Amino acid sequence: MSTTGYIHSIETGGTVDGPGLRYVLFLQGCPLRCIYCHNPDSWKLRAGQELTADEVFQDLLKYRPFIKSGGITVSGGEPLVQVEFLEELFRLCRARGIHTAVDTSGIMPVGKIKKVLELTDLVILDVKALDPDLCRKISGSDNKNALELLDYLELENKATWIRHVVVPGYTDNLDDLAALAKFLKGFTCVKKTELLPFHQMALHKWESLRFPYTLGDVEPPKAEFMARAEALFVE
Amino acid sequence: MSLTIDEKHTESSGAYRIFQKGNWTTRIDLRDFIQHNYTPYEGDESFLASPTKKTKALWDKVQERAKEEQKRGGVYDIDFETISNITSHGPGYIDRELETIVGLQTDEPLKRAIMPYGGIRMVYAQLEAYDRPIDPQLKKVFAHRKTHNDGVFDVYTEEMKRARKTGVITGLPDAYGRGRIIGDYRRPALYGVDYLIEQKKQAHRLSIGAGMTDDVIRQREEIAEQIRSLEELKEMAIQYGFDISAPARDTREAIQWVYFSYLAGVKEQNGAAMSLGRVASFLDIYAERDLAEGLFTESEVQELVDHLVMKLRIVRFLRTPSYDQLFSGDPTWITEALGGMSLDGRTLVTKMTYRFLHTLVNLGPAPEPNMTVLWSPRLPESFKIYCAKLSEQTSSIQYENDELMRVKFGDDYGIACCVSAMRIGKQMQFFGARANLAKALLYAINGGKDEKTGTQVGPFFEPVRTEYLDYNDVMDRFDMILDWLAKLYIDTLNIIHYMHDKYCYERIEMALHDEEVDRTMAAGIAGLSVVVDSLSAIKHARVRCIRNNTGLVVDYELEGDYPKFGNNDDIVDTIALEITERFMRKLKRWPTYRGSRHTMSILTITSNVVYGQKTGSTPDGRKVGEPFAPGANPMHGRDSKGCIASMASVAKLPYDFAEDGISYTFSIVPEALGKTEKDRYKNLVALMDGYFESNGHHINVNVLNKEVLLDAMKHPELYPQLTIRVSGYAVNFVKLTREQQLDVINRTFHKML
Repeated sequence: MSTTGYIHSIETGGTVDGPGLRYVLFLQGCPLRCIYCHNPDSWKLRAGQELTADEVFQDLLKYRPFIKSGGITVSGGEPLVQVEFLEELFRLCRARGIHTAVDTSGIMPVGKIKKVLELTDLVILDVKALDPDLCRKISGSDNKNALELLDYLELENKATWIRHVVVPGYTDNLDDLAALAKFLKGFTCVKKTELLPFHQMALHKWESLRFPYTLGDVEPPKAEFMARAEALFVE
Repeated sequence: MSLTIDEKHTESSGAYRIFQKGNWTTRIDLRDFIQHNYTPYEGDESFLASPTKKTKALWDKVQERAKEEQKRGGVYDIDFETISNITSHGPGYIDRELETIVGLQTDEPLKRAIMPYGGIRMVYAQLEAYDRPIDPQLKKVFAHRKTHNDGVFDVYTEEMKRARKTGVITGLPDAYGRGRIIGDYRRPALYGVDYLIEQKKQAHRLSIGAGMTDDVIRQREEIAEQIRSLEELKEMAIQYGFDISAPARDTREAIQWVYFSYLAGVKEQNGAAMSLGRVASFLDIYAERDLAEGLFTESEVQELVDHLVMKLRIVRFLRTPSYDQLFSGDPTWITEALGGMSLDGRTLVTKMTYRFLHTLVNLGPAPEPNMTVLWSPRLPESFKIYCAKLSEQTSSIQYENDELMRVKFGDDYGIACCVSAMRIGKQMQFFGARANLAKALLYAINGGKDEKTGTQVGPFFEPVRTEYLDYNDVMDRFDMILDWLAKLYIDTLNIIHYMHDKYCYERIEMALHDEEVDRTMAAGIAGLSVVVDSLSAIKHARVRCIRNNTGLVVDYELEGDYPKFGNNDDIVDTIALEITERFMRKLKRWPTYRGSRHTMSILTITSNVVYGQKTGSTPDGRKVGEPFAPGANPMHGRDSKGCIASMASVAKLPYDFAEDGISYTFSIVPEALGKTEKDRYKNLVALMDGYFESNGHHINVNVLNKEVLLDAMKHPELYPQLTIRVSGYAVNFVKLTREQQLDVINRTFHKML
């Protein structure tokens, strides 16, 4: 029997979540409550559409001519919450040579996800903040698991992209950013670091869900600022 | 039988020096010449040359005049006294000192000519619309001389007139030139006109059939007309100081001979689409030889190409405002097919392919000529990347599936208009515009009555009486309506093309064909995605009929949701396949004029807006008057699984049953293609490889931000060259009507964050 997953949505033709053209699968369920989350409708686990790993895989196969130089990226939600489902899906992908990526917050304990990581070609890890208190303030949890995951990825020499959302008033301190850049230099598994400017495009989702949104007055960071911040991450 | 060409010309003029001989030296065989002599190019664009001073100066002049044309309401000037034909107008120039390629339709750039043989009424309407007098002489002549349009209306039945009026069959070429015929404009360059005349004379002698039946009589008369037109072609060239009776001897002559031949075509026919064919790689053979011999530099060759393209950009036809409403932006569809692969596996991309595309950089983006890249996943990687780059920068290129078409049309085919493939010089089509299938579906529900006027247009039968629509019941009725429509449609087209051949025959274009040509009867359908979603709604949701006081169903109320075309969902996509195949099979049952082979396209160009205006509310939730999606596109806003799913749905449509082409327009914001330039080009290439490997036939690629279009609506003067692709062709965005601009803006722009 194929494992059932709770699916938030499927986006065919993603180009920013991993290399090449990608089939992006968004899963339900996330233990974090990031204040800037752009998919708050994916927090709840038992919601969305129920599909088995095999059904998703069959759907994915319909796009093979397009994703030859890309692959599948599983995002969410926190994709590693539905770890058995993901494991089965990635096992199927591996068997057909399809490149696999997860877009994760690293909140799940490493011990629980080692098997699926073996089947993963690229880990896109969202480092919310290096300071555990700040991390708790923005996401509701500290960064212990995420940093442990990063150590493990280094140990396993697993290709990793780091993401970091720049939220004015929270994570736009240049000293903090410089510290993050310095910290990441120590990891040879990190192939790329992307700074994502905070945006307000999820506002309508928060409103329609009637979740309290605290960033209504926050302006997205300016392009010039992003350029300065990005410069810190270039050798 | 025929004289061999090398005896006659090569020794004396050296026209064929270095060229490898083959079948082409004993008879007309352009493909053979190309295959024996062309040089595939697998490198990148770094060899290309910038515009010369002359080019820049000349282009400035053209642009100035084009600006003045816009200021004068879209028409620069009209010669309302002279009936246009190959030799009607003396030589005209933009600037004699600067031009390396010469020839204009009239004596002045952008001045439009009258071509009344398609329909004199159309000419009167054109002159009236642009405040020009009707020359008494013209009136006198056409009081006695019948036109194509007169002939058609002498024969049309009342039923045909009704169907035409409500628009269930629409856009018919019954009052204007049908176009869609591609002369092999390369022939005069390779062989010289005299040889072509000799060949035609021989064909005339041999064309005696088994007796003088009407087929043979028509054939003999047509060939006689063709010969006359070739003589006139020579005469026209002499007006410009060129003797084109003999083959072209170098690149400049080859380009000039090709252009003269094309020019003769557009001086005589105001055709709805006047494709150029597939000339680039043919011309490259001359350029390779001349570059090797040091006769020209790369910059000089590019200059010739730039000047040719400038000429093509200023081809103008006189049309009416109502025509513009249907196909706005003053389109001429000078389609040039570029690239593709040879049957033997070599790429047909040459340096000349790059030079043609490079005019989009040297002269800036433009809708014409209609640059059409024949795509194969096997094309050289650097060429694919170059195309992606130009698409992102100019949105001026369309792509078509060479793998699909090569099987059916060989490797020397061109594209007539937007998507219609045909072997060059060997095949032509009878253009049939399209049937509005969405309206036909409404006729099925209303018992053959038009939903807007209440007129009984289709066969009289029992309308749906129930409150809710039942899928099987609607399908049965729809099938009956399609039977009726298919027959009426083919009958109508037969009349049109009989009369067009009789009163408005394309002498020069057909002179540049073989005598025995394959003919297709090219029907078309509009509103496919509306029909498919409507049927899916009836099947998977509940659709309640809303009737007016005469009992006519005029609106629908949708209860629940249904699977929509454009999400790669077989549950609904199979309906699209089924309808396409079903209508094509029905068309095939009816005999056609001149035994032409039935084909069908799924294409609307910009007319999806007007068709929508003429069609009542549909069961899919579309309200009366709202535009259809263009071509084979899913309805906008109904695809929820991203751009690849949308492409994949369209790619499923069966080319075997829509061999005249399946048009898909794809618009995407640049950011959605990737973060860096390199990523974006690579991803666009992957999208096209994927689409065409999935058997997609055609794709227009627009890489644009909505904001740019909104700004262009507000400040058109700032965007004179902003070009976008819409269902099969490119237009200057600022030349579209307001409704069409809004339609383009509201259409799905794929983006993902």
